[in-house]
Amino acid sequence: MISTVQQESAPETTTDLKQLAHDLVLRAMSGGATAAECVIREGDEFSTLVRLGQVETLKEAGSKSIGLRVFRGQRAASTHSSDFSREGLDRMLNSALELAKITSEDPFGGIPEPSQLGSLSGDLDLYSPDVYSLPGEERISYARRAEKAALDSDPRIKNSEGGSFDAATGHKILANSHGFIGEYQRSYCSVAAVPIAQDEKGAMQRDYWYSVARNLDRLESPEHIGKMAAQRALRRLGARKVKTQHVPVVLDPLVATSILQHLFEGVNGDSVYRGASFLAGKLGQLIAAPNVTVIDDGTIVGGFGTSPFDGEGIPTRRTVVIEKGLLNSYLLNTYTAKKLGLQTTANASRGLAGTPGIGPGNYFLQQGARTPPQLIGDVKEGLYVTEFLGMGVNLVTGDYSRGASGLWISGGELTYPVEEITVAGNLKDMFMNISEIANDLEFRGAVASPTIRIDGLTVGGE
Amino acid sequence: MDRNPFFFQHYGLTENDLERYLAAALSAGGDYADLYFEYLSSTTLSVDESMVKSASQGISAGCGIRVISGERTGYAYTDDLSPARILHAAKTAALIASGPAKTPSAGFQQKAARSLYPVTLPSVDAEITAKVELVMRADAAARAYDPRIKEVRANYGDELRNILVVGSEGTFAEDSQPLARMNVSCIARNETNSARGSSGGGGRVALDFFFGEKTPEYFAKESARQAILQLDAREAPAGDMEVVLGPGWPGVLLHEAVGHGLEADFNRKQTSAFAGLIGKKVASEKCTVVDNGTMPWRRGSLNVDDEGHQTQETVLIEKGILKGYLSDKLSAKLMGMADTGNGRRESYEHIPMPRMTNTYMLAGEDDPEDIIRSVKRGVYAVNFGGGQVDITNGKFVFSASEAYLIEDGHVTAPIRGATLIGNGPDALTRVSMVGNDLKLDEGIGTCGKDGQAVPVGVGMPTTKLDRMTVGGTARKDPGGFMQ
Repeated sequence: MISTVQQESAPETTTDLKQLAHDLVLRAMSGGATAAECVIREGDEFSTLVRLGQVETLKEAGSKSIGLRVFRGQRAASTHSSDFSREGLDRMLNSALELAKITSEDPFGGIPEPSQLGSLSGDLDLYSPDVYSLPGEERISYARRAEKAALDSDPRIKNSEGGSFDAATGHKILANSHGFIGEYQRSYCSVAAVPIAQDEKGAMQRDYWYSVARNLDRLESPEHIGKMAAQRALRRLGARKVKTQHVPVVLDPLVATSILQHLFEGVNGDSVYRGASFLAGKLGQLIAAPNVTVIDDGTIVGGFGTSPFDGEGIPTRRTVVIEKGLLNSYLLNTYTAKKLGLQTTANASRGLAGTPGIGPGNYFLQQGARTPPQLIGDVKEGLYVTEFLGMGVNLVTGDYSRGASGLWISGGELTYPVEEITVAGNLKDMFMNISEIANDLEFRGAVASPTIRIDGLTVGGE
Repeated sequence: MDRNPFFFQHYGLTENDLERYLAAALSAGGDYADLYFEYLSSTTLSVDESMVKSASQGISAGCGIRVISGERTGYAYTDDLSPARILHAAKTAALIASGPAKTPSAGFQQKAARSLYPVTLPSVDAEITAKVELVMRADAAARAYDPRIKEVRANYGDELRNILVVGSEGTFAEDSQPLARMNVSCIARNETNSARGSSGGGGRVALDFFFGEKTPEYFAKESARQAILQLDAREAPAGDMEVVLGPGWPGVLLHEAVGHGLEADFNRKQTSAFAGLIGKKVASEKCTVVDNGTMPWRRGSLNVDDEGHQTQETVLIEKGILKGYLSDKLSAKLMGMADTGNGRRESYEHIPMPRMTNTYMLAGEDDPEDIIRSVKRGVYAVNFGGGQVDITNGKFVFSASEAYLIEDGHVTAPIRGATLIGNGPDALTRVSMVGNDLKLDEGIGTCGKDGQAVPVGVGMPTTKLDRMTVGGTARKDPGGFMQ
């Protein structure tokens, strides 16, 4: 019998936390700061894992933490804490003010101008308390159903790492010394299955599938997830190596998304101003094939990468990063925009500690017109990649070399599974050589890509 | 017992409180419960463009409560250490079980603890100006190395983690775990090319480590050297060939190829490619691989693991034969094997699981120069970025960041970064020579598993593998490659 325990005491209300953030900013200013910014994050998480029909883990918790960034003129420092006691907060404040005496004067530092600050209006549909509405037994049942669907789908699915159901809510508050105070809540739930297929020789292959949504209604059925996961594991059985060769490579949406993430790192203002990106200095130039248009949009209602304001309190927006192959914009926060003499794209991401980084809104490659089977149908001999392994990507040079597995394409059809091979090239060439983009764009996170075909890569094997 | 642990001093905890919390955790039955108190303070500093652009300090404290009932684990945590919140979390974790309440054993037993990192002044409490000096010196040294070094970033980070673990069977273990690390990354540029280099190190050491043993200049020069070298690197070959791994950090091979596959949880669930292979030959007889959490000052070392169990040296592979797994409390109990003290977690928010500490291969008898001389055509890889493994099918990769061609027994041209890929259960069967030059890494490794990151160490002597797949791009054979 599983049930949930109610909070014994009421949590602090939103107003209290907003007031707290505001007060800390004021105290920093009266303590000698010339600008200050406070962030508070609180969240709840629930997760359960069912393995071979039995509950293996149940986890439930809530947490809260606070971060402060202060400026003394052009010197900046930050502190953070999970201790909300009077002494804990005093210590955090005083440490920040002290620490800001030892950093360097940086003429490009500072919080945004007052005129830049603000928050998108209207309901962005980011929060649905229904992710917690299921009773405990029902949550476990989601996980159990996903795993069962995988185990029942084929006798070769003999083992499993389990089925899982996760839910989480988060609440973020940001206040700064220009008087900005903003907050938003987001929710999330997911169901996943990780089955293991085994062939007659005893060789095992594992794969997974999942669905993620901001509310429970939009979650795909656990049965569908389990079946998909099983199919993905089964199709890997009997995988072999292939000979070293140069062939067209088709990437499924999940692995194509990883290529898009490398592009994100390449247009990230932080790497660009330091010349640490293979795309530094390429603004306005042709960096990808003419069919490639990449967009970052933090304003899409209900999106996984949506928020009313960025990590510095600037309303999020839509930015065309690559338009028909031309590099149209970098992705920037206030600091990197100043360094490059450009305007911020409202992509500041703010953790608790340190200076703001740069993060995606809803960041995606625009889809094409043809179906994935049509893309594959054009390939005489080639590789369909379903998984990359490792981190062999050098963003300074663009050099790319990763482990891969997938299916061999022969005569326009997916044939036998392959593994223990490498895929290598250079990102500069790879973006120019995206010869096809399919019509299957679907968001499973903030970054998404349809199926793509890239020509001219080296497949390393025997 | 004469105790005055950190949490008794700072949070007014008493043994009575601990017993009360454990009783709440076992209020619905369950075989075992434990509490993990953590207080983590940390500092980070970074220099970029010769300016100290960021400085940060933080505190994170909380308590994680676990209840085990058969194979089931209930877990809850709180970052509010008030009795009401801890009791609430204990009752939440208790819901995994369903039976009559159990009583934790009365009284706690604290075992004599090791002292593998006896720092007098933890670096986190040291003067910040000394840390600023470290990153500024690193910046200056890297820039002075060569005018082609155009960008330098130096980071310093340290932490002190105070933990207290108490278990319902009477475990009482506390530890104060320092950890410090420096990193220097450089970008070199000439008329035509850009290249990067990086280096770093540290351990469970005090600040003076960086003023004596391993200075900022040491890491800065190493980082700059790699960046300059890479400016002229040529394309790496592609396909199967002989590979020689240099000593030290290339031990990441062991971490990926065998280490993860030997973590007991995967073997209990029969999801590892190594499941059922104990006593079988999984490597050449020249290979003996251990995991050792007891090495003084090392990044991967611990006096006690995160379940309060003493760490140890565990032989994983002895002369090619698979000897044992790395276990935590749950796996040990369910598999009827000894707890090897490898139960680790990222923080109080996380459930412990079997993890590596410092994993390395013992030295062999071959002269490293003979090993190179024995290779007609191959790759010599001395530095790596990181790696990854699929536990179930055993396929693993690791990515070389500094590598050279070997031609007719000589190390020749540097090559661009390339991923090496292999199959865990048979990669080490292809080890034909093992050097006498065992070295451990500098202390920068972080291992991720199920979303939890923990510090680890790796090491190995110069080692020759007769065949591995190298993931280069070279289309044409520069001198006999890709035959």
